[in-house]
Amino acid sequence: MNGAPSIRTQDLAVGYGGTPVVSDLNIEFPGGKLSMIVGGSGCGKSTVIKHILQLHTPISGKIFIGGHDTSSMPPRQARCIRQRSGVLFQDGALLGSLRLKDNVALPLREHTRLKEAQVMEIVRDRLEMVGLDHAMDLFPNELSGGMRKRAGLARALVMDPRMLFCDEPTSGLDPIMSAELDQLLLEMMRRFDMTMVVVTHDLASMRSLADHVVILGEGHCLYEGSIDDLEKTQDPYLRHFLDRKTEERDAPRLTLPPLDPSMFKDDCSALLGDTTLRKDER
Amino acid sequence: MADKTRGMFAPVLFPYALCREIVDELGAQALFLLDSARLIFAGFGQFPKIVRQIYFIGVQSVTVIALIGLFTGMVMGMQLYFALSLFGADGFLGAGVALSMVRELAPVLTAIMLTGRAGSAMTAEIGIMRISEQIDALTIMDINPVRYLVAPKVAASIISFPILTAFFDLIAMWGGWLTGVKLLGANAGVYWSRVQSSLDWDDIEGGFIKAVVFGLLVCTICCFEGYYTHTRSGHAGPEGVSQSTTNAVVKSCVVILAADYILTSLLW
Repeated sequence: MNGAPSIRTQDLAVGYGGTPVVSDLNIEFPGGKLSMIVGGSGCGKSTVIKHILQLHTPISGKIFIGGHDTSSMPPRQARCIRQRSGVLFQDGALLGSLRLKDNVALPLREHTRLKEAQVMEIVRDRLEMVGLDHAMDLFPNELSGGMRKRAGLARALVMDPRMLFCDEPTSGLDPIMSAELDQLLLEMMRRFDMTMVVVTHDLASMRSLADHVVILGEGHCLYEGSIDDLEKTQDPYLRHFLDRKTEERDAPRLTLPPLDPSMFKDDCSALLGDTTLRKDER
Repeated sequence: MADKTRGMFAPVLFPYALCREIVDELGAQALFLLDSARLIFAGFGQFPKIVRQIYFIGVQSVTVIALIGLFTGMVMGMQLYFALSLFGADGFLGAGVALSMVRELAPVLTAIMLTGRAGSAMTAEIGIMRISEQIDALTIMDINPVRYLVAPKVAASIISFPILTAFFDLIAMWGGWLTGVKLLGANAGVYWSRVQSSLDWDDIEGGFIKAVVFGLLVCTICCFEGYYTHTRSGHAGPEGVSQSTTNAVVKSCVVILAADYILTSLLW
């Protein structure tokens, strides 16, 4: 296989318990590029990724990695693909019983013939890359959310993956940390020749990172193409999504009057003021 | 029309569906056990994990097993002394305590205590790993989660359960001596001589077989419940883990008692 592999789906339908979440999916993540899957909450972005990673079996359709059909792949080939794929889960998914260095070293110890000293050298390098070399001996519960994500990234990169999948890498992070993580992903793209697929609903990340965008919604693919073409689109749903506008029918409205302060079991009005009145009613 | 027909046969279909569900689950658990037993020997990397699990299941349970064994032995010593002395047969106290412990009480009570202490922890640990995507992460790293997580626990259970059962036997016999001999005045020489003469190799072997079988059953049920916690309909996340843990403990206790009856019928 020359260059990073592309990932293509053909008439793919994915879901749980036979109920499709996304269907008729015919998309391609080009090899060596950073693709992003974008869409509203619950539209099936992570579900698509989990099916591509073969954690679940598709309801119908096919997935091709580097031109090979994953459903008819011999087990040995499937194992090779898994070993050279990195995944960054939403919360890092680090093993709670292992120290950070052991979490990152785990795939190397399991799948390579490297000596322990070489393993630790690689681990130190990857942790240094994500700025966590000082936290090698900590357990995952001693790390902040952002540190756990960076540690997850270090583990995902430790086997020099040909494909990297990131599931909402910036969710739950403040804007500065999100920008730092975006920067880190770009650096990884430059350093490793790989195909990267990022699931996100962070539009700022999409605009700064993506070479290729797939937008999911209403159970199927709404858009596939470059970020420049997407910015020019006049499709009403996509425009709403890109401009972060709510549709009229979805606009939240407060229809009930505020709660009467006397209805609270503990009377805090003297302490906090009458907080139940809206600003315009005071 | 189909609904009407189904409604008509509901009283017949319900037991059928229930039986099918039970057989399905038993089959799945048997395959899970076979898979994990096979993977115990998957490379030298398993050895440190097995040692860690022996420490958790075995060593950390010593105190609780000693306490349960002591009090069970003391109660048996007292009750048997009162019952036997009614017929002037208090000389058989040692035999009564030793046989009841080695054949029945020690394997059953040890297994039930280990279900509560170690089995519930196994289910919760694996269940939390499942809902926090750690098992998915292992799968994606091409590390077989059954080999990595379950097989060392199965091996450790096979080793720890019989050793703790033997320990329970010893402490309980000593507890029986404490109440029967020291407190109530039975003859010490007769007590220990009856312990020695009443027990033969078949009794010890039977207790050992029971302990191994209980270890396998408890470990399989507890790990299985945790591993498939995400498939529990209507209970997702932490609630699913708590439900799985409760199920694992209840199922294990029932299965221990049922298996005890079957093994006792077969062994003696």
